[in-house]
Amino acid sequence: MRPSIIAIALLLLSPLAALASEEGPPLQDANIDLRDKASLQRGAKYFTNYCMGCHSLQYMRWNRMAEDIGIPDDELRTNLIFGDAKPGDLMTNALRPDDGVKWFGTAVPDLTLVTRWRTPDWVYTYLKSFYQDPTRPYGVNNLIFPKVGMPHALVNLQGLQEPVYAESHGVEAGAEPHIIGVKLTQPGSLSEEEYDNMVRDLTNFLTYVGEPIKLQRRTLGLYVLLFLGLMFIPAYFMKKEFWKDVH
Amino acid sequence: MSIESAEPTPTGFLGWVDKRFPIMRVWNEHLAEYYAPKNMGFWSFFGSLALVVLVLQILTGVWLAMSYKPAATDAFASVEYIMRDVNWGWLLRYMHSTGASFFFILVYLHMFRGLLWGSYKNPRELLWIIGVLLYLAMMATAFFGYLLPWGQMSYWGAQVIVNLFSAVPGIGESLSTWVRGDYVISDATLNRFYAFHYLIPFLIAGLVFVHIVALHRVGSTNPDGIEIKKLKDAEGRPLDGIPFHPYYTVKDTVGIVVFAAIFSAVLFFAPDFGGLFLEAPNFQPADPLKTPVHIAPVWYFTPYYAMLRAIPPIAASQFPGVVVMFAAILIMFFLPWLDRSPVRSIRYKGILSKTFLGAFVVSFVVLAYLGMQPASDLHTLLARIFTGVYFAYFLLMPIYTKLEKTKPVPERVTT
Repeated sequence: MRPSIIAIALLLLSPLAALASEEGPPLQDANIDLRDKASLQRGAKYFTNYCMGCHSLQYMRWNRMAEDIGIPDDELRTNLIFGDAKPGDLMTNALRPDDGVKWFGTAVPDLTLVTRWRTPDWVYTYLKSFYQDPTRPYGVNNLIFPKVGMPHALVNLQGLQEPVYAESHGVEAGAEPHIIGVKLTQPGSLSEEEYDNMVRDLTNFLTYVGEPIKLQRRTLGLYVLLFLGLMFIPAYFMKKEFWKDVH
Repeated sequence: MSIESAEPTPTGFLGWVDKRFPIMRVWNEHLAEYYAPKNMGFWSFFGSLALVVLVLQILTGVWLAMSYKPAATDAFASVEYIMRDVNWGWLLRYMHSTGASFFFILVYLHMFRGLLWGSYKNPRELLWIIGVLLYLAMMATAFFGYLLPWGQMSYWGAQVIVNLFSAVPGIGESLSTWVRGDYVISDATLNRFYAFHYLIPFLIAGLVFVHIVALHRVGSTNPDGIEIKKLKDAEGRPLDGIPFHPYYTVKDTVGIVVFAAIFSAVLFFAPDFGGLFLEAPNFQPADPLKTPVHIAPVWYFTPYYAMLRAIPPIAASQFPGVVVMFAAILIMFFLPWLDRSPVRSIRYKGILSKTFLGAFVVSFVVLAYLGMQPASDLHTLLARIFTGVYFAYFLLMPIYTKLEKTKPVPERVTT
């Protein structure tokens, strides 16, 4: 019996080891807080202003978003929704998929679930990893998404970064230099800290959009576990009572 | 507390029904007077828990079907609609996706219990075979269901698996086209997979009924592997048996509460389970033009997937791998005749049986892990070794169960 129980424990735990393997440059900790409504509201503002021209949130409804993160209805109608969309509509935009392919070489992805097929840390790091690269159509490349089709939409705020190369000890001539990081060379209108905060708010907002129910799900989960904990007591003593004369 | 047998002739409404339907006989035969060994212990929980999860899957599945749209253009969006706009839709969907993984966890533990107790041995061969059929039906419905969210992993996973049919010599290409209803996974494939995903669970429910009828014919076994029907008291009740109801119904109630707590902990706090229960690439809609870097099936299929990749192609054909993969499942049907041991339970078997069972469990776990990893030389080598270990458990069983010295089996169950 004992070895079998250990075997089962291993069976259940072993897949977790698979999660440890990740490739590419290390991701930075986004350090977001879904309960921070001010941050989510700022994130919504930045998203509608800087991202939504190209990226939609086609599974999210305007009014659900506003209600969840505490944006009043009139504020939503006057400052966030553009065009003739109604509060009950999905957060789509006017960009035609074909135009996306024409302008950026690939269809522009919808970002509703981006933090779920990537991770919040990935989105945060991505937005901080654009660097100058004259070989690319829009003059920028990205450290964690090489040959990205997207221009650096926040370049006026962040400024422009340049790549930092690894010291090339004995690398054969003509080989691609290895980029190990980026450094800011032309400052934008925000300080580095201000830009980090902005990107954090955006990531926070996109994480909320990825699963709007997340916070309520956890709260409900606590009540469910509490209920089951209470249920266990009569169930256990009923079993004990019935089984006391089984020898 | 003594258990009185039910009234022989019920009156009132129950009497009216009983004259027309043998409700008291069914109740007594399968619950109140079905005698189960009193020493079944921890490992006996998983069968009844699997039944609970089957009911949960059918109920949540029917309700999901009320809002899901089985069309290539709408499927992905309808899942997000369920997650966001349908009242409690997120809970239904997470219950269903978490339930799928837990169903396999429970059934794997239930099957392992069968191996521990020798539950497949005479006279329970048919009971075991019905169980293997249930496992096959579960795998089929899980496979069909996994396409439905129409995410990247749904799409490419199905593409890889259906392509296996094209490895069949001669008729392969037309066979895989026939399965898909198209040359690639498409709207036509999604529609038929949806039809089967809805149908098979009811076949599973029917097979579960047959499984329980067969079980109640031969009786439950126990960690000692003793037939409790051999020794009976003056009234014909097994000395080591207790009525299933109320003893095991109250016991299983405790099991269900504990299981519900574990299930809820995953459901409410980690429904993705770190990308194992809901894989990250599946949050991107299916794109027939963009192949994901790394395609792997869901965790419960990965042991077989690792075997498939481990077998080298012969004459550029993957067919040998496909054969080995299916053989790994079909070999379970022969288990009752591979075990030549005079005793049932692992408790009284010798060191060889214990070693081989341990190695089998390790090989299953390692293969499950390897099936999730990208292929590399080391992984392929390991997968080959552990595929060998997996088959050795079955194929060498007639030899090692005959060779080893077994311990004497007691007359009465131990506790």
